[in-house]
Amino acid sequence: MENYIVEMLNITKEFPGIIANDNITLNLKKGEVHALLGENGAGKSTLMSVLFGLYQAEKGEIRKNGQVVKINNPNDANALGIGMVHQHFKLVEIFTVLENIILGVEPNKLGFLQKSEAKEKVMALSEKYGLSINPDALIEDISVGMQQRVEILKMLYRDNEILIFDEPTAVLTPQEIKELLKIMRGFAEEGKSILFITHKLNEIMEVADRCTVLRKGKYIGTVNVKESNKEELSKMMVGRDVNFNVDKKPAEIKDVVLSVKGVTVPSKHHKNNAVKDVSFEVRAGEIVCLAGIEGNGQTEFVAALTGLDKMSAGTITLSGKDITKSSIRERSVSGMSHIPEDRHKHGLVLEYSLEQNMVLQRYWQPEFQKNGFIKFDAVRKYAEGLIERFDVRSGQGPISVVRSMSGGNQQKAIIAREIDKKHDLLVAVQPTRGLDVGAIEYIHKQLVERRDAGKGVLLVSLELDEVMNVSDRILVMYEGEIVGELDPKNTTVQELGLYMSGAKRNTAKEINHAG
Amino acid sequence: MQDKQTQTPKKGFDLKQLTKSRGFSAFTAALLAIALGLIFGFIVMILANPDKAISGFRYVLVGGLGRFGDVLYFATPIMMTGLAVGFAFRMGLFNIGASGQYTMGMFFALYVGFMWDLPNGIHWIVAIFAGMLGGMLWGIIPGLFKAFLNVNEVITSIMFNYIGMYLVDMIIQGNGVIYIASKSRTNYLPSTVQIPSLGITGSNVNLGIIFAIIIAIALFIVLERTTFGYELKATGFNKYAADYAGMKGKRNIVLTMVIAGGLAGMGGAFAILAPSAIAGSSMTYEPINIIAANGFNGIAVALLGSSNPIGIIFSATFISHIQRGGTLANLVGYKPEIIDIVIAVIIYFSAFAMIMNAAIGRFIKARINKRHQKTEKEAK
Repeated sequence: MENYIVEMLNITKEFPGIIANDNITLNLKKGEVHALLGENGAGKSTLMSVLFGLYQAEKGEIRKNGQVVKINNPNDANALGIGMVHQHFKLVEIFTVLENIILGVEPNKLGFLQKSEAKEKVMALSEKYGLSINPDALIEDISVGMQQRVEILKMLYRDNEILIFDEPTAVLTPQEIKELLKIMRGFAEEGKSILFITHKLNEIMEVADRCTVLRKGKYIGTVNVKESNKEELSKMMVGRDVNFNVDKKPAEIKDVVLSVKGVTVPSKHHKNNAVKDVSFEVRAGEIVCLAGIEGNGQTEFVAALTGLDKMSAGTITLSGKDITKSSIRERSVSGMSHIPEDRHKHGLVLEYSLEQNMVLQRYWQPEFQKNGFIKFDAVRKYAEGLIERFDVRSGQGPISVVRSMSGGNQQKAIIAREIDKKHDLLVAVQPTRGLDVGAIEYIHKQLVERRDAGKGVLLVSLELDEVMNVSDRILVMYEGEIVGELDPKNTTVQELGLYMSGAKRNTAKEINHAG
Repeated sequence: MQDKQTQTPKKGFDLKQLTKSRGFSAFTAALLAIALGLIFGFIVMILANPDKAISGFRYVLVGGLGRFGDVLYFATPIMMTGLAVGFAFRMGLFNIGASGQYTMGMFFALYVGFMWDLPNGIHWIVAIFAGMLGGMLWGIIPGLFKAFLNVNEVITSIMFNYIGMYLVDMIIQGNGVIYIASKSRTNYLPSTVQIPSLGITGSNVNLGIIFAIIIAIALFIVLERTTFGYELKATGFNKYAADYAGMKGKRNIVLTMVIAGGLAGMGGAFAILAPSAIAGSSMTYEPINIIAANGFNGIAVALLGSSNPIGIIFSATFISHIQRGGTLANLVGYKPEIIDIVIAVIIYFSAFAMIMNAAIGRFIKARINKRHQKTEKEAK
């Protein structure tokens, strides 16, 4: 009998329509980093939410130090020493770092807040674990990496000994990730126990002692990371072999498709410009990747490029035609296809059926309407063709309501629509965000296929692996500017990270020369 | 299985297909809401007067049947305002200004009726179109404000309810031909401008109801069959996706509000141009600074009918029906306000019922899916 600090035994949690956790058992040893691996929708977050008291399981029990415990809400979890850093931080933006850390457990005397006492404890913790912070800074003013430190300090302040990290590295730069993994290791060595949710295999190999794999709500197995490898883990996660490398032949670069000159976009949040004087070109037959950490102006740039928002300066030329002032529809007709960043907000009308969404960009064309009346037979036939060709799966085929489809298939539907539309340039913004390994593989293949078909591809991505593997040329965006142009063949992830975090930049001259 | 997948939704006679459709669940939700509303109404009646509750409730339930002509007559204007609210709602616009549009439409129709001298057989048709124009005018203004200045249409259209009502009352009171000051109401309209009656004895029901139903069906076709309807619904569901797809959002907002205003305006025209069962008289309007209730009833009609034009035909008729019944419950001593309570409860429950229905629907679907998965697995 091993000495487990937490045992989750035969946990079953159902939601209307799906079994999110089906008889899952997870044992956490004291002082280990235990990774929880699985694709999106595998049930990782649900399982952790059960442990943290956000959900109650229908079946199964949780034990702490061998004692059965009942965790009805996060306060119970806290009392048991369980803390969690959520994927989306739970911080009060207009409070200071210190106020956020002590929120809910404020030390007080007769109802008066004892801030200095709290500050002492926080600073002591911060020093001990190397989590440097400025306790008086407002949350809204500090970086995402800093905010994460605040979340971690929140757990430490509450003397938690079981720490749950829900996809903590998704928002960090490579350097920050490295640091975080080191801190996690440090916690483990000190006797704290870590549950680390992720779908990034590299991080697991680097930091975890053991790894539990879930697939589609079911328990697949627990392995000792040292005795395993990436291939085995990914096979357990997906249920088949996965090709990590994107197969592609050298790019055959042709004419300029997209030329962007001096594009400047005002920010909606502050007085500065979100995009500052950005210029570059995309040629037919290449994949250009706009890399950068979230929130460095990529979203605003794409909005201006595709016509969703106005820009204050600059010109955009598509296949030799000036489209600076063109409407969204005109840009689309001129040959721009756009796989949007947020498929639910922009890419799809979720209440519409699959076939209605398939013609979202084309319903007005003579092929699909006559005198303003939609040709339903033509729409059906067209949608069926796309569904077949792009292997879009859904419950009822063309008449499935898109909301009922899985994220991967929703994205496939968008890709099918945008690729089948006549285009010279494909703008793909985080096309693999939130998708599982299988779907990612598929989408990368499609992007490369577009390139080989002689189209220009502009890929906007936050995922380093994607940036390095898929693109032919990398442009790094930092605080609204292009700070570097890199060739993925001659660069390392570390170097890319330095550019992304603003630590390194090419001079404008160098970039122009390279471009 | 493959055959079923390729089935066209428009040939939706298959029961399985039917139960899945949004329209069906909206229909059952409405029925559930009506049942709950009526039960609640009955309880209120028992509390108000236990002895008469049963006979009073019978009036509410079936009283309208004996006066079906009247039911249809009173259904006509609220069907139009219901369409005005429901149509805009499909685009995500809450047109609370149906009252103002209705009043403007009524005024334009009155004006044409009194001030223009047109031949019999044309006069009333022109008056209806004038009413439509008046409503459109009152619809386009909130539409323009919304589209170009991003002013919330709820605020503008509420203000335009008041502006419209006071303006109309002011103009009517200042016009000696239209207004009879001694009776503080409008004069009797000439018979040339009254809409031909359907000839049901003792009722004012007229061609207006036929027009209203035809218009509802036409709107249904616009929504379900045309590219404009496709854009309109897409915008209502997700305006960001509509922008992304290059739809002209601003134009569509203005157009939708113009159509909605026109519908409510025609409702006002239908109401004021209705023939009177009493020879030599007509409908009249009293400019007494009250916002037209038919406009607000349109919101209830649209909600109960799930903003579906066909649903609105039935919900308008139903609400008119129990309103007649409520009036008849007066015979055994109940105040007609009791029926307003019942209607309010029905509307209240219809929102709940939609949620409950969705939950039940999800549950059933989950069961089916599970069974489906099981059989699939076994097949493997």
